[in-house]
Amino acid sequence: MQTCLVVDDSRVIRKVTRRILEGMGFEVAEAADGSEAMAWCQAIMPDLILLDWRMPGMDGLEFLRALRAEPGGDHPKVVFCTAETALDHVREALDAGADEYIMKPFDGDIVSSKIALLEDAR
Amino acid sequence: MISSAAGEFITRLCRERAGLRIDAEKTYLIDSRLGPLARREGYGTVAEFLERLRGVTDDDLLWAVIEAMTPAETTFFRDAEVFSRMESEILPRLITGAGGRKIRVWCAGCATGQEAYSLAMILAEAPEIGRYVELFASDISRRSLEKAQAGLYSQFEIQRGLPARRLVRHFENQGDLFAISPRITAEVRWRRINLLDDLTPFGQFDLILSRYVLSGMDEAPRAQVLAALERSLAPGGAIVLGRTESAPGMAGSGAGVFTMGSASRSAA
Repeated sequence: MQTCLVVDDSRVIRKVTRRILEGMGFEVAEAADGSEAMAWCQAIMPDLILLDWRMPGMDGLEFLRALRAEPGGDHPKVVFCTAETALDHVREALDAGADEYIMKPFDGDIVSSKIALLEDAR
Repeated sequence: MISSAAGEFITRLCRERAGLRIDAEKTYLIDSRLGPLARREGYGTVAEFLERLRGVTDDDLLWAVIEAMTPAETTFFRDAEVFSRMESEILPRLITGAGGRKIRVWCAGCATGQEAYSLAMILAEAPEIGRYVELFASDISRRSLEKAQAGLYSQFEIQRGLPARRLVRHFENQGDLFAISPRITAEVRWRRINLLDDLTPFGQFDLILSRYVLSGMDEAPRAQVLAALERSLAPGGAIVLGRTESAPGMAGSGAGVFTMGSASRSAA
């Protein structure tokens, strides 16, 4: 994995997440909502997407469903990063095609442990 | 500040009763690990608590100190590779070798239970393996065992090592915590065991996991415990240590997995 798109409406969270991912050797791009993320993916499909759920405009789940229907849209590993902790939400995310799920607040250890799980599963 | 006399007292207590090694340059651990216990006992500082502790003969309190000093760092599926080997290779081989009898698996030093539950999840997902396995788990710390038996984990704990698919399959929300399903907790039998004690009453095991336990011990108790664990292994059994730990005299196959060679079996 080399490129990662961070999708979150909070600039602060994008910044923190970018720092963690860059520390792990990823090349990072940012998007503030689902439609901006979709525009990115239609131009260059990233290897990994860290995706917030609640965002104005197109939310994370809508984006994920649309992404998986795109040509090449099954390539990126998608990790939800959200404050939603109800396991029904986690199930919904996995059913919609997410590969992993991170609950906020998170730290670098959690992000790297989740990304290691994705690599194990390859 | 903790006096050097108090530091020596704690170091000796932990070494004599539990075999724990507390390096002289790590006495700051005493302050951080005993802080919560000192407060629970009504002391403002660890130093005050230690002053009172030195005359004490209350065994429960001394054990609470040793428990608090015992490292309990663990995660679900720690070193994921070991768990996939367990499922694909180690457990099937032991089951085949047992010829229809159930194999006995022991997590020796299970801390707060994540390792035992990781195995229990594998057994529940693969009933063709699970039905041939009896799973036991022990720890020296009653507090850790209570937490393990409760099967309740924080958001932070369930995000370390545990894949989301296993989280939704085997856990339920319980307030801010996550409760592992009764189907999984029912797979594990728990018991308080000090590995320095006589282990023969617990019988023989086909697989013993004792991961990152020996590395926290002083040299002499470490050798004693390793020898006792090897004696607790059934013929042909395997022992799984932490990936950085080793069992001299046994055949290693990487990632902390050691098997009893036929030579040591006939010598036993």
